[in-house]
Amino acid sequence: MPEFTLWDIVHNLLLAARWTVLLSILAFVLGSIVGLALLLVRTAGNRWAVRFVRGYVELFQGTPLLMQLFIVFFGLPLLGLDVSPWIAATFGLTLFTSAFLTEIWRGCVESVAKGQWEASTALGMNFTQQMLYVILPQALRIAVPPTVGFSVQVVKGTAVTSIIGFVELTKAGTMITNATYAPFTVYGCVAVLYFLICYPLSLYARHLEGKFRHVTR
Amino acid sequence: MAYQFDFGAILPHWKLLLDGVVLTTELAAIGAVAGVGLGILGAWARTARTPVISQLVGVYVELIRNTPFLVQLFFIFFGLPALGIKLSEFQAAALAMVVNLGAYSTEIVRAGIQAIPAGQIEAAQSLAMNRVQIFRYIIIRPALKKIWPALSSQVVIVMLGSSVCSQIAAEELTFAANYIQGMNFRAFEVYFVTTGLYLVMSILLRQILKVFGNFLFERRNHA
Repeated sequence: MPEFTLWDIVHNLLLAARWTVLLSILAFVLGSIVGLALLLVRTAGNRWAVRFVRGYVELFQGTPLLMQLFIVFFGLPLLGLDVSPWIAATFGLTLFTSAFLTEIWRGCVESVAKGQWEASTALGMNFTQQMLYVILPQALRIAVPPTVGFSVQVVKGTAVTSIIGFVELTKAGTMITNATYAPFTVYGCVAVLYFLICYPLSLYARHLEGKFRHVTR
Repeated sequence: MAYQFDFGAILPHWKLLLDGVVLTTELAAIGAVAGVGLGILGAWARTARTPVISQLVGVYVELIRNTPFLVQLFFIFFGLPALGIKLSEFQAAALAMVVNLGAYSTEIVRAGIQAIPAGQIEAAQSLAMNRVQIFRYIIIRPALKKIWPALSSQVVIVMLGSSVCSQIAAEELTFAANYIQGMNFRAFEVYFVTTGLYLVMSILLRQILKVFGNFLFERRNHA
């Protein structure tokens, strides 16, 4: 049996951490696109559109991420699609992210004063123009800190994808543990690596919060 | 060949699912009570003027909030035995939930405490209330009332997060689902039904916490 030094463990974990980062970025970017689409549907749409988006959010916020991943992983093949853990993880996390982001952003859009809608209507703007030139620029400002804060949840969410067999940081930790019988060291290192990814994001979110609070006052 | 759904295949195993629901509820209850208790303690330590303790609590909060629950669980269940601390699956799952919720609720409760106007505390001091009385009547009750919705959401998140405890073979709802799936190979149906159960549980839990909050904060105000 080969001997594992601490460096071997860290080195292999770092290689796996690339997949954690890549999956996080993918889920965050795709989730943002879907989330924005849902936000527009909800803001522009009729009562049924509002209900649909509300139900969507309730569904994803009211069930475990692991179940969502299982349903995607076992459900998509029933539709005749051949899904790898990689695709299932991206797809599942994208839906999860979009539900949370659309809810965060809804709050931001609603916090834009009602007079702004009325004023832009009075100026003869249509919905696209209102959104593009009046509402979103103001909402975006409030939205940035909680959005950055939520990115930490996305990174942590990627750990759950290890359960459907996607080899990222946590899965690599389990595999290395099985080879080294040193769970304390390995999972300790795994936790440190997650911390190194997440903590800067948390700090940045807090920094933005302070900055924007200053601006709006 | 089209897939034939067979939700009936789950029916014979309803008792396993029920056992899973019970265990998930137990985990959530332990996590909620002890976790929020820990959070109140943590918030108190964080706002008290003892630099070392306050900083230690700060490190705990940041460590937990910036690492995945699953890794915390693995560390507790697989890692701690190296230090001679051996826990059963259930104990490890419960401990992980308490430690996790403790960190989040420390932050939430602290935000509530910081929102208490300084004048209230000064007024209590001028009424000759001691520190414990001030904390109990002037600080923590209004603080908890203010942050109750945020705290409730966090409790629901932790309850849903307990589904990953199946990975250390704690026999909660997801574990039951995995087990049934291993017997009848009806993965989609089993997970679909289980997801529904979780949804019902989270809606119920939210309602219970709301009613409990009303009971806790409204009634005695009129007394």
